[in-house]
Amino acid sequence: MAYKLIGSNFVPPDIRGKVTGSAKYAEDFRVDNMAYCRLLLSPIPHARVRSIDTSRAEAMPGVLGILTAEDVPAQPAPADPILTNEPMFIGQPILAVAAVDETTAHDAIDAIEIDYEPLPFCVDPLESLFPGGDDARTDGNVVDNRLTGPPSIRQMKWGAADFAAVNEGQLPTGEPAAEWSYGDIDAGFENAALVLDESFVTAGMSHHSMEPRSAMAYWQNGKCFVFGSTQSQSFVIPDLANYIGITPQELVYVAETCGGGFGSKGSAYPVMSIPAHMSKKIGQPVMMRISRAEEYYLGFARTGFQGRIRLGFAADGRITAADVYIVQENGATVGFPDWPSAGETVSILYQPPAMRWRGIAVQTNTPPRSAQRGPGHNQTVSAVEPLIDKAARALGIDRYEMRRINAPGREARFGENQAPVTSCYLQEAMAKGAAAFDWENKRALSGQRNGSKVTGVAVSQAFHPAGFAGFDGIVRLTPQGQLHVHTGIGNLGTYSHTGTSRIAAEVLNCDWENCVVERGDTRKNLPWNIGQFGSNTSFTMARTNYVAAMDALSKLKEIASIDLGGEPDDYDIGEHRVFAKADPARGLTYAEAAQRAIELGGKFDGHELPDDINPMTRESATALAGTGIIGVARDNLPITGQPAAFVAGFIQIELDIETGKFDIIDYLAVADCGTVIHPQGLATQIKGGGVMGFGMATLERHIYDPQNGLPGTVGLYQAKPASYLDVPETMRTDAVDEPDPQSPLGTKGIGEPVMGAGSAALICAISDALGGHYFNRVPITTDQIVNAAAGRDQSHGPLQVNTA
Amino acid sequence: MSKDMMAGFELFQPDTLQGAVDLLARYGDEAWALAGGNDSFDWFKDRVKRPSYVVDLTGLTELNGIREMADGGVEIGALTTLTEIENNSLIQGRYSILADAAGRVASPQIRNTGTIGGNLAQDARCWYYRYGVDCYRAGGDTCYADTPEGQNREHCLWGANRCVAVSPSDTAPAMVALDARMHIVGPDGEREVAAEDFFIGPDIDIERMTVLEPGEVLTAIRIPADWAGSTFYFEKVADRNTWDFALVSIAAAMVVEGGNISRIRMAAGAVECVPRRLSVVEQVVTGQPKNEATANLAGQSSVRGATPLNFNHFKIPLLQNLVTRAIRDA
Ligand SMILES: Cc1cc2nc3c(=O)[nH]c(=O)nc-3n(C[C@H](O)[C@H](O)[C@H](O)COP(=O)(O)OP(=O)(O)OC[C@H]3O[C@@H](n4cnc5c(N)ncnc54)[C@H](O)[C@@H]3O)c2cc1C
Repeated sequence: MAYKLIGSNFVPPDIRGKVTGSAKYAEDFRVDNMAYCRLLLSPIPHARVRSIDTSRAEAMPGVLGILTAEDVPAQPAPADPILTNEPMFIGQPILAVAAVDETTAHDAIDAIEIDYEPLPFCVDPLESLFPGGDDARTDGNVVDNRLTGPPSIRQMKWGAADFAAVNEGQLPTGEPAAEWSYGDIDAGFENAALVLDESFVTAGMSHHSMEPRSAMAYWQNGKCFVFGSTQSQSFVIPDLANYIGITPQELVYVAETCGGGFGSKGSAYPVMSIPAHMSKKIGQPVMMRISRAEEYYLGFARTGFQGRIRLGFAADGRITAADVYIVQENGATVGFPDWPSAGETVSILYQPPAMRWRGIAVQTNTPPRSAQRGPGHNQTVSAVEPLIDKAARALGIDRYEMRRINAPGREARFGENQAPVTSCYLQEAMAKGAAAFDWENKRALSGQRNGSKVTGVAVSQAFHPAGFAGFDGIVRLTPQGQLHVHTGIGNLGTYSHTGTSRIAAEVLNCDWENCVVERGDTRKNLPWNIGQFGSNTSFTMARTNYVAAMDALSKLKEIASIDLGGEPDDYDIGEHRVFAKADPARGLTYAEAAQRAIELGGKFDGHELPDDINPMTRESATALAGTGIIGVARDNLPITGQPAAFVAGFIQIELDIETGKFDIIDYLAVADCGTVIHPQGLATQIKGGGVMGFGMATLERHIYDPQNGLPGTVGLYQAKPASYLDVPETMRTDAVDEPDPQSPLGTKGIGEPVMGAGSAALICAISDALGGHYFNRVPITTDQIVNAAAGRDQSHGPLQVNTA
Repeated sequence: MSKDMMAGFELFQPDTLQGAVDLLARYGDEAWALAGGNDSFDWFKDRVKRPSYVVDLTGLTELNGIREMADGGVEIGALTTLTEIENNSLIQGRYSILADAAGRVASPQIRNTGTIGGNLAQDARCWYYRYGVDCYRAGGDTCYADTPEGQNREHCLWGANRCVAVSPSDTAPAMVALDARMHIVGPDGEREVAAEDFFIGPDIDIERMTVLEPGEVLTAIRIPADWAGSTFYFEKVADRNTWDFALVSIAAAMVVEGGNISRIRMAAGAVECVPRRLSVVEQVVTGQPKNEATANLAGQSSVRGATPLNFNHFKIPLLQNLVTRAIRDA
């Protein structure tokens, strides 16, 4: 279907500001009499604060106030506290000091004396599960953070016998914290021609968001104003209000731009409430700038996996059974449920007829964990895709063919309940990619030697859920003839706030020049929307904007029928008019209809609202009432499956076996993201995700010294996200461009699997160049490649974590 | 631990070398010479090193620029930026190895402000030391890196002596290969030190990386004509292709006559606390044909006596390969 706006590029409304520097990020806001606060961060991995002596600090000129854990609402364990007297990782905020400037605040922090009682700590989940192993927390070592209920913490230890084969590198699989299965697994393995049983490690990595999580806050007229750095807008408000201790109605939240979050700023996070608390305490606006290093200490990381997977294959390559066990390194606080996503990813990508997933999330005294782009899914494909290659080699089957044989099709089934998906075109993406990449001929280059350089080629697949349902939309047609799309989704940086707003414009057949996207500030009267995370926006927000626009459309027609006679169905729209189908000359302009809506009142201009909308939406729509036609609705569109996004990746590299360095010669990825909503945005996601994936696969590091609990990667140069010289100058992108039937205009998300495809492809290609050497580890760093190429043992123990 | 918030200090901006030397002498241990600041600010921001007096050298125009010397060699002022060195035609023409090395330092931004003096005089990059722990190098009585579980992937293969940090400078091995001379001015006058002697290991002084005494300023580096226009090889292997320190680097200058290596100087970076002069390799290959067999022999001999730590034994094959390449591919 040809659309007017969907599928074409546009100039995002926030791009000029980003390019010229006029865009405001949290730390760019300034108000009169603003004080600055700095945080005192824990210097030890786990301790109890016995006493705090702030007397010297308080006596220093320019110091305005000190905020400690006693001054802020306690959070229920194992949630991240705002401030704490039991720090559980190096860099956890213990207190904050406000002063006239940051240097003074930090001088005051240096003058504060804290008496710590050091407590046992642990930076390796398996150490904590071993009988008598240290727990990262005093209240336990295992967290259930699946989103099925409030998170809980308990203590779990395995038996020594569980660890019998650990020195051979086999992951112990003691009692899991959760598990599911379907099908006859035993039969699946018994009937298999080949069974792989592999243990692996994937490192937790920092998010490296360009903008650290700074925030500024003040109180005015009974409201608390917070200027923060989050991916999301409306979704942040309930939690942030809760951290501050106010109602959502008392919070004004501004997040116009976000310099990257990658999952770490998907929702509110406790530290962002500190300026609000401090401001209340000292009676002045407070700016809290988080520094680059602090971002590494307290700014979250991906979870790490110690995993084991058993895969059974028939001689023809079809998978007969899968058995997945994930021990997740979860940080010291609530963390994120990556571990169940590992099972879901295996289930959907390879469609095993029988499968079991087991997992456990174990606490370590390392940075707090949050979602990171493809949380669980991208670790999983990075670890498992190379094993699919290993099986292909063992069975003598082409690696592309191996995936095609097992790939999900239209009837794809997902996870524990073997639920359907809304759409799946992975096979089409694979085929399109294989043709464009010329897999047939490229694979022949595998292993080709040119001096010290060896060619590796590979194919990869990745998956992520791609949408939610049930949120609200608000659009507004004004007497000026403009369409205002009120979007509460946030500004993650993908421009999908605007891409999905164009859905409303498409429905109402509006010229884009007459549309205004309202976003980024509570005062813009925004609806209740989900956060901008989980590759969901292009599905979820398509639905909300669609239903709101459809509501406006029916109101337009109704107004026309009231004024001009006949039934609403007698009317159509076009060129910013609603007109009689029978006599197009008879009609109202949108501007006239909006004016009439105000005169008619009631539901037309927002004075009467649907019952089922969220209170936040109600409040916003009420504030807008009387300003035009208010289209407002909850997304009650039917949904009968799991929205799912897929990516196929193809890569060619040259690996220098003398230095461990590689060049990516070609990278091509094809997305199954439903109807392409914004071609430029999509290309940027595929390439940017690819780059992040290449970093995940080979460069990014997350180091912890096990003896002292010290973090070794607290700067960009230590943590090593990929640089522009580590990635190819050009990358190729494409999409299947088949609509998802449960998204009104066919769109669905894509932001996360694009990274997994890049990571898995590169890892597979390195293995290919090394003649099928499997590292069973992510990342594969230079030293590991050098060792492998030289036939040497690796330095790290087989299941050791935080060494790369 | 990292704090990212500089403490206050008194800043001096002298415009004569003598003025700078006087100031540094006056404040002794409490003073800090500042060039581009890329190393210094790291320390200052983390409040690990907290000088009370900072003497900014960048106003000393006499320490700037690249000049040809009477003997055909080249003198490089210590304040010359790495970008200038990378792009200078004299350097590119006669000592391309140095242009290559300078061009591989850090990132363009750092090269634009980073000076050659600061690059040569920079401090160790052991992450524990940088973190601010009380290790030997920081005046304490332990080493965090050289322990059974220490994360010491970047650390040394040779010269461990309570400290296992390596020389992080990319230009240092090139300077050793070129047999450069360091011109130093201090309260007691001037002196010139060979590059090879300029860098010192923990056995000599565990709290310093160079012979520079407090109050001394490195004013210029003089590269003799001996190696001008000879056959060079420089290669740095780092995880990332920019903005990353070397895992191992190699710098070689050689004269090849009739297919034979008649003279050679070779040094490796990031394998010892100082740029490691590979004298054994030099002996093995001098007079030998510049071919694959010699190259392999060179590689093998380069790693003799290497004593790896738990996480850095990959540096052995890596160094061996880089030395092989230096002979084979130069
Ligand atoms: C993120 C990052 C990455 C880096 N990567 C690399 C890399 O890949 N390769 C590499 O080689 N280096 C690297 N560096 C290290 C180094 O900071 C830069 O290379 C730069 O050259 C240092 O020069 P500067 O003028 O900025 O030094 P400054 O910080 O000004 O000085 C460094 C030290 O030298 C002393 N000093 C400076 N000039 C003189 C002088 N004339 N006489 C006496 N003492 C002097 C100072 O007192 C100070 O102790 C990196 C640094 C950073 C922050």
